[in-house]
Amino acid sequence: MKDPMIDIRNLSVTFNRGRKPVKAVNGVSLSVNSGEVVALLGESGSGKSVTMRSLLRLHPKGTSIEGSMRVAGNDVTELSARELADYRGATVSMVFQEPRLALDPVYTLGQQIEEAIMRHENVSRREAALRALGLFEKVRIPSPERRLMNYPHEMSGGMLQRSMIAMAIACNPKVLLADEPTTALDATVQIQILLLIRELQKEYGLSVIFVTHDIGVAAEVADRIAVMYAGRIVEEGKVADVIQNPKHPYTRGLLGARVELAHGRDRLITIPGAPPDLAALPPGCAFAPRCAEAAAQCITDVPRLTAIDDTASVACVRYA
Amino acid sequence: MINLVGEPSPILPVGERGGPAQPLISVRGLLKHFPVKGSGFLKPKKVVHAVDGVDFDILKGETLGVVGESGCGKSTTARLLMQLITPDRGEILFDGESAGETLPLSEYRRQVQMVFQDSYASLNPRLTIEESIAFAPRVHGVPAAKAIARAHDLLHRVGLEPVRFAGRYPHELSGGQRQRVNIARALALEPRLVILDEAVSALDKSVEAQVLNLLLDLKRDFGLTYLFISHDLNVVRFMCERVMVMYLGKVAEIGERDAIFEKTRHPYSSALLASMPKMNPGERTLEPPLSGDPPNPIDPPAGCRFHTRCSFAEDVCRQTLPPLSRISGAQSAACLMAMTNSGHSRAPVQMEA
Ligand SMILES: Nc1ncnc2c1ncn2[C@@H]1O[C@H](COP(=O)(O)OP(=O)(O)OP(=O)(O)O)[C@@H](O)[C@H]1O
Ligand SMILES: Nc1ncnc2c1ncn2[C@@H]1O[C@H](COP(=O)(O)OP(=O)(O)O)[C@@H](O)[C@H]1O
Ligand code: SF4
Ligand code: SF4
Ligand SMILES: [Mg+2]
Ligand SMILES: [Mg+2]
Repeated sequence: MKDPMIDIRNLSVTFNRGRKPVKAVNGVSLSVNSGEVVALLGESGSGKSVTMRSLLRLHPKGTSIEGSMRVAGNDVTELSARELADYRGATVSMVFQEPRLALDPVYTLGQQIEEAIMRHENVSRREAALRALGLFEKVRIPSPERRLMNYPHEMSGGMLQRSMIAMAIACNPKVLLADEPTTALDATVQIQILLLIRELQKEYGLSVIFVTHDIGVAAEVADRIAVMYAGRIVEEGKVADVIQNPKHPYTRGLLGARVELAHGRDRLITIPGAPPDLAALPPGCAFAPRCAEAAAQCITDVPRLTAIDDTASVACVRYA
Repeated sequence: MINLVGEPSPILPVGERGGPAQPLISVRGLLKHFPVKGSGFLKPKKVVHAVDGVDFDILKGETLGVVGESGCGKSTTARLLMQLITPDRGEILFDGESAGETLPLSEYRRQVQMVFQDSYASLNPRLTIEESIAFAPRVHGVPAAKAIARAHDLLHRVGLEPVRFAGRYPHELSGGQRQRVNIARALALEPRLVILDEAVSALDKSVEAQVLNLLLDLKRDFGLTYLFISHDLNVVRFMCERVMVMYLGKVAEIGERDAIFEKTRHPYSSALLASMPKMNPGERTLEPPLSGDPPNPIDPPAGCRFHTRCSFAEDVCRQTLPPLSRISGAQSAACLMAMTNSGHSRAPVQMEA
């Protein structure tokens, strides 16, 4: 078997800045093969973005990271500052939910893409400018020459997200991390961006982790789904299997609460309660306080993510 | 209902005068153009056509959904209804009375309340949540003790135990809890109409479901009418009896939920509906139903606003602005294909007798 492109083992991330340490990621293991798209699905605060930022080592000082991360043959925790600079953008790049915050407001988009190319490759500005134009055409920005001269504030959200994607693929990375890239967009633009990412992923053979809280978005883009809850992965499997036959009580709850299913009914089914405080996680299964199927064991032991067949894993005592 | 303000009750409360068949709100010819900064002085004066002549009714006791691309004028319509901004033209009737004329604005403002998307920005960080909820009634002259007691009732109604939550500050609550507070606050003056502008959009799915159920309960228990603005078409389909689709400052289509979702007569509505992600990975979307961005609202296209992106556009669409026309009792659309003898090749033709 070939090595996976991304191999995260037992990753834990703890922020030590507040009054109490916050364990935002709590033993995550996830691997993504070359050319595979995995959707990381979970509610806000479940640790999706922290996991993504770990893969780029983007955490503030004083954050403790445990476990291992290998990406395209690199041991991410061991990279020196110089290696890290080469690795970001050239091996792994990221697209964010808020492109406006990720772009520099005082430079044109053309300048920012050229800089990104020249930082990694020994090419002239002229050549970088030509590549930037090609990228804008690739992501189908209308009147690309003119648009390259725009500043971020002169573009709509959808156009800006296309520019971010152009910049992300500028140096032919192997891995694309997409952190809710369509959450701020409306339906008609969202589907355009999803199809664009799917198309580029195929063409460049990218491995993608696509973070979302929207199951429909995952269904449109992903080969596999990993469901996160309170800093842990609680279920993983092929996209159709997870959607059609969810196993973990949390995944079942999430899918059951979908408004699409409520057609003709006058109430939505909900998951009672709220996610736990990460600074005071319950000792056993983090979902136990909300789980209708919780048993005595659930309150004391953290269930391990366990394979139940060739493609699916679940972290729940009922499947252990 | 509790008579909160303690004024002598009129014979019939405002908003119940015209009988159940009279719309709670009737909007006619509503128009708002915003001047563009840096234009006008020695340069041609430019305006953003944010809301460009819209007509619609909100029926008593219904939830009217409003959908459409970002920037199409949903929030501006809401702010006009709230009287937060003044229209350039047009009229708002509340139960048959003209707001600002036969119905005093102060009275109208009490009847129409709003909940915004950003749960944090809409609460005063220096007030405890009971103070926030009691604030508007206090301004309207309700004695403090009574206003606080009523705030506790409302907190209880929105699922926040007063003993635990009444004394907290906004930053001590989760997003879902803050949005419950905003809902309680909107109800404090016993309004008839509540405008929900993306009120659940920032919430997680499981919290969103809880808040949507709450909104349904409150609507039933307090006899409310909702204007429900959302980007999530699945949520709109669940919550709303009727739906209004907006495009570039105009109403593209309006009608009963099933008519819009199952038999839409406007190409923009169908593109919008087809853009919803498919839940079945075996039936993924292959082509984006709509390409490009909406045109610039400073300089909207002549004729039908949608003709630059419509796959059915013909010459006549570039010249004629289709009026919102009634198709059936359940539905009206602004498309030349839905208008008899409009000159569009797909329009129904009626021979003269
Ligand atoms: N105060 C203002 N001054 C100038 N232009 C404005 C102002 N308020 C809104 N606009 C413009 O009016 C148009 C309609 O805006 P509006 O906020 O109503 O859109 P919306 O449909 O609510 O969009 P979204 O889905 O993004 O909330 C937009 O082009 C917007 O930029
Ligand atoms: N720099 C930071 N310092 C302290 N806590 C953080 C930091 N970044 C994220 N967190 C916390 O970690 C948890 C997970 O966050 P995140 O990964 O952003 O969630 P999401 O799944 O919504 O992307 C949250 O409780 C968040 O507040
Ligand atoms: S381990 Fe127990 S509490 Fe956790 S999801 Fe499974 S049954 Fe529920
Ligand atoms: S009037 Fe013409 S351009 Fe406008 S929506 Fe109908 S067919 Fe399309
Ligand atoms: Mg996040
Ligand atoms: Mg808005």
